[in-house]
Amino acid sequence: MPDYPTFEHDVLVIGAGGAGLRAAIEASAAGVSVGLVCKSLLGKAHTVMAEGGIAAALANVDERDNWRVHFADTMRGGQYINNWRMAELHAKEAPDRVRELEAWGAVFDRTQDGRILQRNFGGHRYPRLAHVGDRTGLEMIRTLQDHGVHKGIDVHMECTVLTLLRDGKRVVGAFAYERERGRFKMFKAKAVVLATGGVGRAFRITSNSWEYTGDGHSLAYHAGAELIDMEFVQFHPTGMVWPPSVRGILVTEGVRGEGGVLTNREGKRFMFDEIPENYRAQTADTPEEGWRYCQGDKNARRPPELLTRDHVARCIVREIKAGRGSPHGGVFLDISWLKEKLPQAAEHIKKKLPSMYHQFKQLADIDITQEAMEVGPTTHYIMGGVRVDSDTQMSSVPGLFAAGECAAGINGANRLGGNSLSDLLVFGKRAGEHAANFARENRAGAIHLSQAEETAAKALKPFDGSGTGAKRENPFAIQHDLQNLMQDNVGIVRREDEMLVAKEGIARLWMRVHEVSVGGNREYNPGWHTALDLPNLLTVSEAITLAALERKESRGAQFREDYPDKDPALGKVNIVLRKTPDGTMEVRREPIAPMPAELEQIIEEMKGG
Amino acid sequence: MKNAIFRIWRGGPEGGQFVNYPAEISEGMVVLDAIHQIQANQATDLACRWNCKAGKCGSCSAEVNGTPKLMCMTRMSDIPLDKPITVEPIKAFPPVKDLVTDVSWNFRVKKQIKPFKPRAPDAPDGTWRMAQSDIDRVQEFRKCIECFLCQDVCHVLRDHQLHEKFIGPRFLVHVAALEMHPLDTEDRLEELRHAQGIGYCNITKCCTKVCPESITITDNAIIPLKERVVDRYYDPLAKLLRALKPGAT
Repeated sequence: MPDYPTFEHDVLVIGAGGAGLRAAIEASAAGVSVGLVCKSLLGKAHTVMAEGGIAAALANVDERDNWRVHFADTMRGGQYINNWRMAELHAKEAPDRVRELEAWGAVFDRTQDGRILQRNFGGHRYPRLAHVGDRTGLEMIRTLQDHGVHKGIDVHMECTVLTLLRDGKRVVGAFAYERERGRFKMFKAKAVVLATGGVGRAFRITSNSWEYTGDGHSLAYHAGAELIDMEFVQFHPTGMVWPPSVRGILVTEGVRGEGGVLTNREGKRFMFDEIPENYRAQTADTPEEGWRYCQGDKNARRPPELLTRDHVARCIVREIKAGRGSPHGGVFLDISWLKEKLPQAAEHIKKKLPSMYHQFKQLADIDITQEAMEVGPTTHYIMGGVRVDSDTQMSSVPGLFAAGECAAGINGANRLGGNSLSDLLVFGKRAGEHAANFARENRAGAIHLSQAEETAAKALKPFDGSGTGAKRENPFAIQHDLQNLMQDNVGIVRREDEMLVAKEGIARLWMRVHEVSVGGNREYNPGWHTALDLPNLLTVSEAITLAALERKESRGAQFREDYPDKDPALGKVNIVLRKTPDGTMEVRREPIAPMPAELEQIIEEMKGG
Repeated sequence: MKNAIFRIWRGGPEGGQFVNYPAEISEGMVVLDAIHQIQANQATDLACRWNCKAGKCGSCSAEVNGTPKLMCMTRMSDIPLDKPITVEPIKAFPPVKDLVTDVSWNFRVKKQIKPFKPRAPDAPDGTWRMAQSDIDRVQEFRKCIECFLCQDVCHVLRDHQLHEKFIGPRFLVHVAALEMHPLDTEDRLEELRHAQGIGYCNITKCCTKVCPESITITDNAIIPLKERVVDRYYDPLAKLLRALKPGAT
């Protein structure tokens, strides 16, 4: 019987981005022992890529802001299929979570009177995003990391979880491999928190790093948890499009928050052409009014560039399809026009958007203070994920919690920019707290070694050379084919016939995954690692496709060419996915619980403008 | 499409050698793209670290033609293609495999630095007030992405291997960010002077030169910290005054 190195913790957190670190800190503060597993080195998680800011109704810049407005904005952005309780908790608790970061050493940009500065962002009625230039994610992860390392948390770096271990229905640990030597590791835990982020690597054009392979979604699904809202994938409107090797890299919404405008090849600000009915009352009528808003005029309304991401991305696609795009298949995003309005505009832009300046200068030879950027949509975020209890973040599997991007509920059909970093903090904390409670209230479960052995055997199969000749599949080639399949058939504009192509394609890729073969040995082997990522990527791709087929309407991030309108009946349900005993993916619609009257009333009050 | 030859170090703790790989170079490519191309088509077990591919996470540090760089921010158009392009791991840390090194020492060092300790809040709601002009210099230090290129070129670590006596530029910047934080009340000068070995730095500014975030490491972080240490421990006048002051140490 193999003797795996074994580690025991009360709470095991999988993933060390914002949500995972915040959960680990909270669980540790509750006095239980905590293990933190991360795929990369500590502090390198995808949270560092977040640029624009953390949404929290601190009301430092506009005193009219409060949790009720933030709640209503979040629900409107999510087209009302959000988990309203999560949206409520998020709006209420985000300010405290931001202030807490300051107490732990974060250094946010300041207002004139020395408080935390907040900036405008899409879908937020008032300037709400606490930020540090355009590197807010780095500030957040470094603050949590530097605070966390003094809290007695055991960190297991460059360690990848392959399966969750179960005792009956309950999760009791995880089985993983460490990259450096390629050895397996066993983790025993009374509670497990998933904080693994998103699924962007299932698509060809993405702002996400290699780590975003849907691990938490897949681990939870195969352990019996339900996934919801998987049809809602956020395509961020502004990714780089040129040169080819940087295609997809994020261009922060902060550019538009600071006054950047979107234009087509005719020089027209096309965002004024189509303003959704539910945003008309709060959107500027003229460029002049939009500029006044960006300058802080409280009587002015938002420019249409700051409409929600789903809408902006679709308008960009419309312009490109109509032949009004930029030379490399995008549109123009221009912040350099500020020189018409501000003295020393170049310095101002460099101060507000330093990493954008740097990124374009270095990777595309473009000086954004002097010329427009070329941008187009890029796969950025998934609203869908593990279905969790709104207050405790526990999934339908006892002992298994989820927080951050891999959990679902708060964002509904479309996430507002800035709500992700606050989500990580608010629900990371809650997950840590309740996982610690669970660990205190429950004894350790039994570990069944057969589950680990089965996983180990499967994981080592790519080395056994059983695939021969044409059947020796290269893991990178399969990943590449999947990315093309999903990008072309389940992308920003969807149709049933194309999605059925994707569904069949995924089934064929599953067959190929069984023939994967890798060279070299187990030590730090990226080919092997990619082979192990593939089942997760295929699981989430299948979930996205099946849920998108089931939602026969257009809502938020899901745009169906064959069903271009909203269906009020579908606005009252979530699409829920579950693994059946025979291993197939079950798709069902489930009604959303009715909202309490006081929350309904807030939404009604805010509808006016 | 142009062609290039990459001469990549392959090996581990026991040693290794350079291996040549051809790659096709297209417009706008960076070195990391070429490494990925080689990984996908020729050497699926070629090890390298990377995450964001946008210069924000500091994972893909390596030495390209002898210069420490982030591979994701090094454009192929800036490198001559007529000779093989050498890519090798950073040198200040032990090799793990191919381009991956064991940087765990850095994480251990950071843990030993006294954490942030804020003064009591300024306002009854538990918040503080700070002027932007007072935090500008701290924000410069906090841009650090922990790529450890500064550690790689620091001769105290790279050539003299004094890892047990000197924390290196990265962590001097970290200490500076804490010491110059307007809210911080901790005192880290004694450790800087002894355990952290600030005296070993002889301000050659190699670290500043390679910083991908353009942090003025030597001038803005290290020299002011050296001045603080000197003021406290080596200023003869101050020493005299302290000696005369009853109860002073």
